Amino acid sequence: MLNDIVEKIHEKFGEGVVERIETQHLQPILIVKADFLLDLCLHLRDTEGLYFDFLSNISAVDYYPEAKFEIVYHLTSIPYQRQLVLKVELFNDRNPDGLPQVPSVAQVWRTADWHEREAFDLMGVFFSNHPDLRRILLPDDWQGYPLRKDYKDPESYHGIAIK
Amino acid sequence: MLTYNQGYENYKKRIAAVSPQEMVINMGPQHPSTHGVLRLELITDGELVKDIIPHLGYLHRCFDKHAESMSYTKTIPFTDRLDYLSSMNNSHAFVMGVERMLGIDKEIPKRIEYIRVLVCELNRIASHLIAIGTYGIDIGAFTPFMWCFRDREHIMNMLEWASGSRMLYNYIWIGGLFYDLPVGFEDRCRDFISYFKPKLVELDDLLSTNQIFISRTANIGVLPADVAINYGCSGPMLRASGIKWDLRRIDAYSVYPEIEFDIPIGKGEMGAVGDCWDRYKVRVDEVKESVHIIEQCLDRLLSDFKRMPDFDPRALVPKRINIKPQEYYIRAENPKGELGFHFVTQERSDIPRRVKSRGPSFNNLSVLPEIGKGQLISDLISILGSIDIVLGEVDR
Repeated sequence: MLNDIVEKIHEKFGEGVVERIETQHLQPILIVKADFLLDLCLHLRDTEGLYFDFLSNISAVDYYPEAKFEIVYHLTSIPYQRQLVLKVELFNDRNPDGLPQVPSVAQVWRTADWHEREAFDLMGVFFSNHPDLRRILLPDDWQGYPLRKDYKDPESYHGIAIK
Repeated sequence: MLTYNQGYENYKKRIAAVSPQEMVINMGPQHPSTHGVLRLELITDGELVKDIIPHLGYLHRCFDKHAESMSYTKTIPFTDRLDYLSSMNNSHAFVMGVERMLGIDKEIPKRIEYIRVLVCELNRIASHLIAIGTYGIDIGAFTPFMWCFRDREHIMNMLEWASGSRMLYNYIWIGGLFYDLPVGFEDRCRDFISYFKPKLVELDDLLSTNQIFISRTANIGVLPADVAINYGCSGPMLRASGIKWDLRRIDAYSVYPEIEFDIPIGKGEMGAVGDCWDRYKVRVDEVKESVHIIEQCLDRLLSDFKRMPDFDPRALVPKRINIKPQEYYIRAENPKGELGFHFVTQERSDIPRRVKSRGPSFNNLSVLPEIGKGQLISDLISILGSIDIVLGEVDR
């Protein structure tokens, strides 16, 4: 079911883009390299036979205690009524000065703008070339990224006790 | 650290660079027409809106964090609070996802599935009635609001009878239901439908062809189909732009394949396809379809899948949920659009590693700066009302 998509990707970019395919899930997942993400997404959106024009969801997953994050893209093709899951693996040592980094796809699907802001806000993933990357749900001066598994609640926020 | 703050610095510069003839106005967070605690920062030139910067998060209740710190069963009440106007639909989507990961979704008895669809459609009507009624009040029509709330009250009472709660039901459980429907529910539901049908015609007559209403909504906030798709709009927003996209048909989940219903789309009857009037009209038509679905559910519940004395709606509820490590993205058609949950499970635990909720209102709202630019402030109210956001779901 996924083979024709993978073939089309190989035709265009060669074998290097798709690292592997996970098939043990209910929906098979393509794991792709972050470097080619933007070109790949444009290709997936605009190529006849694919037309993944609808981005349902972007979610960031923290694999603490491993030094690994994953960004999962759930795409839908409205003309062909099919779904595709892309995943980018990011290895990061959780240093607050070096957030995991992935290219933004906001110029491919405008809806990615807010999804990426949410992932930046709550999970601390930096999306390069994002048009307007700032916190979306939490206040702008909040410290830390609460959905990370190693997040510690602050004692107070502007003098308001949190705990 | 500076680079990570760059977005916020740019935003502050942008606000500081507003020219003297422009004005920055905060609409909300306590503004009646923002339907909750939403703040829109408007850059205006007189009555013209030059730019819109939405600020979210005033109702952020950490759903994702809650969901990954407690078991699937305990998360169901939290899903009710996402889109609190259609709690049944939220928990239906969540429960369906967990059932599919457990592999028990095919074993659920048909009676349970029909009851789920019945209560979901009742809730869909209730949600759309709020959308229509509050939209009327945004535009300046007070009567539809009172009529909608009067009819919604009947649905609230029925669902309270079934679940014990007025708005946040926790009725649909993993593998079953909280209880079977109360004795006599089907008859009362039928009575409601026969009462509601003429009321719906009345409501349609009152608002849809009202000249004042048309001149406030037709040709306002036109959302072309390609923009709607690119911005991730779903549900009535996407259908009003002329795309027949309904996950109840596409994914054919639950017992929807056995039920007949149409998918109303925007036709541009009063103006362009995808204007505010179309979005309103699609919701009215969807209420009619939901009534049709409910009638079919009632027929089946009274004939093929009758109430049996030994029927236990909790028979399949798992004692302990043990899902093998996997990922799954479930999506379902909520009154507002595509509600999705992305589950990442971890080994030997009934607590997921990650649950990401994809709220339809969150995505639908993101198109507002695009279609609201260059409009008048009063038209912006009309556009925002037609998007039909629920802040519980925008902020989650």
